[in-house]
Amino acid sequence: MNFPEAILKNEEKAIFRLRSLYRQRGYEPYKMSKFEEYDLYVRNKSFLVSDNVITFTDTDGKLMALKPDVTLSIVKNTREGETRKVYYNENVYRVSEGSHSYKEIMQTGLERIGTIDLYALSEVLTLAVESLGAISDDYLLDVSHLGITLTLLRLTGAEPSYIKRILDCMGEKNLHGITAICREAGVSDGDTERIKALVKCYGKPSEVIKKLRAILVEEEFAEALNGLETVLELASSDRIRLDFSVVGDISYYNGIVFKGFVNGIPSAVLSGGEYDELMKRFGRTSGAIGFAVYLDLLEDFSSVPEYDVDTLVIYGEGTPARLVADTVRERIAKGESVRAERSIPEKLKYKTLVELTEE
Amino acid sequence: MDNMLNVALPKGRLGEKVYAMFERAGFECPAIHENNRKLIFENPEKQVRYFWVKPSDVAIYVERGAADVGVAGKDILLEYSPDVYELLDLDTGKCRMAVAAPRDFRDNPQRTLRVATKFVNITKRYYAGLGRDIDIIKLNGSIELAPILGLSDVIVDIVETGTTLRENNLEVFEEVVPISARLISNKSSFRFKNELIERVAQSIAEQIAEVSK
Repeated sequence: MNFPEAILKNEEKAIFRLRSLYRQRGYEPYKMSKFEEYDLYVRNKSFLVSDNVITFTDTDGKLMALKPDVTLSIVKNTREGETRKVYYNENVYRVSEGSHSYKEIMQTGLERIGTIDLYALSEVLTLAVESLGAISDDYLLDVSHLGITLTLLRLTGAEPSYIKRILDCMGEKNLHGITAICREAGVSDGDTERIKALVKCYGKPSEVIKKLRAILVEEEFAEALNGLETVLELASSDRIRLDFSVVGDISYYNGIVFKGFVNGIPSAVLSGGEYDELMKRFGRTSGAIGFAVYLDLLEDFSSVPEYDVDTLVIYGEGTPARLVADTVRERIAKGESVRAERSIPEKLKYKTLVELTEE
Repeated sequence: MDNMLNVALPKGRLGEKVYAMFERAGFECPAIHENNRKLIFENPEKQVRYFWVKPSDVAIYVERGAADVGVAGKDILLEYSPDVYELLDLDTGKCRMAVAAPRDFRDNPQRTLRVATKFVNITKRYYAGLGRDIDIIKLNGSIELAPILGLSDVIVDIVETGTTLRENNLEVFEEVVPISARLISNKSSFRFKNELIERVAQSIAEQIAEVSK
């Protein structure tokens, strides 16, 4: 059946486009049950966007949860050494930040598990860029490398508890906060300036990589910097920015992390990265990278259509039913949407009015 | 999306002081000095639009993208942890979050401490850090009244000069955290209006450095 794309909601359009995008590169759909044992989420609480989960007791007494996240389930169901390329489109249940109440959130995403080499990285980045392109024409993908950030923070000799606080400040682009914490942690002024310089680097990859090479001179950085440069060259998009304020939880993420933004939507619509650390928690040795697209955010993005219906047909008591039916069919054949009523409904907005009432 | 820079300013003295900083940064909007009840002022030539909002609401406007940048107290940022960038410490609107109690108060560590406050999250975090069991009493104003009437043992509140405390026979026991005004930015706007926002932040940072010299 053919139908105009206009009848689809923004998020529905995005789903279809994203699906075909992921299929093109050989990703397979992943379908899962709505429930998962609660235990899985308790052990990985900090991986979740919010740690509130809807739970219930199953008939056999097991504590179950309505899944708040998909990645954990995919990782759990992947055998050691298995290579997977999957995408999913699922509803997840979690507390929304604004309202502090549970919400059903539509989420689409993609996971690639196995050996993650430079090509695999660039492919996922390309798909992330193209996913944003499927949503809007005006978008940016901000990429960062947690490995580089962590190496720098560890070189400063700061204690892990301070590293976590510095990372939080980096995520807020909070330079004055970094200064204060570094002073507390006994980080040298030179290193403090280097951390701040890293946060301040924001821009096109080619320019920022040059700056990074000037800041990060030690040998430890060479491999990661070269890798990052190659991956970004392979992904070659003018919509990619390097931004080291993009950070993730270091107990899950390790290498490249990224967030996608669309002009007009106030928060990130796409978020992802390499999560080898999460794999390790499940006893898996292979690497993994993936991202999620938060389709619920697109709801605010859609504009209200000007009309509820193209044509409103008004008929009276004496109007032959056949005439009404024929008029409606005629209009539909022209590609219009039609609503036939005995009287004009209140608040209905229509483009044209056809009156079949005879006086 | 329009290409104006939307600025949420906190109503009151702090807001006026901050507006002056924006003005010196080259984002003036003369209409703002007109004495009227309008809430929105814009200067299309400078690509800027200002609006006055309740100080505690600034972070909400910025987090949800109704404003691109705004000025909010660190107290609000700590209490509500909005998902925004904290670009600058404006080094103004300085005060501190503190624990205050009646002068003759003696803490009994074996009892649950009753704490009255407007800032529930900051208070919880502070006492959790100390490992102290507390009973939080959330109030919306006149916090000083609570210990006087025996509603609570202590209060956690913002202390500026300490005059209100003194007049009510209270004094500061411990400082929780120093507070000052911060320039915050929406995370999405920071990317799409990067040039404008960086220019404002840069210029205001220079002004602050100049003053503190």
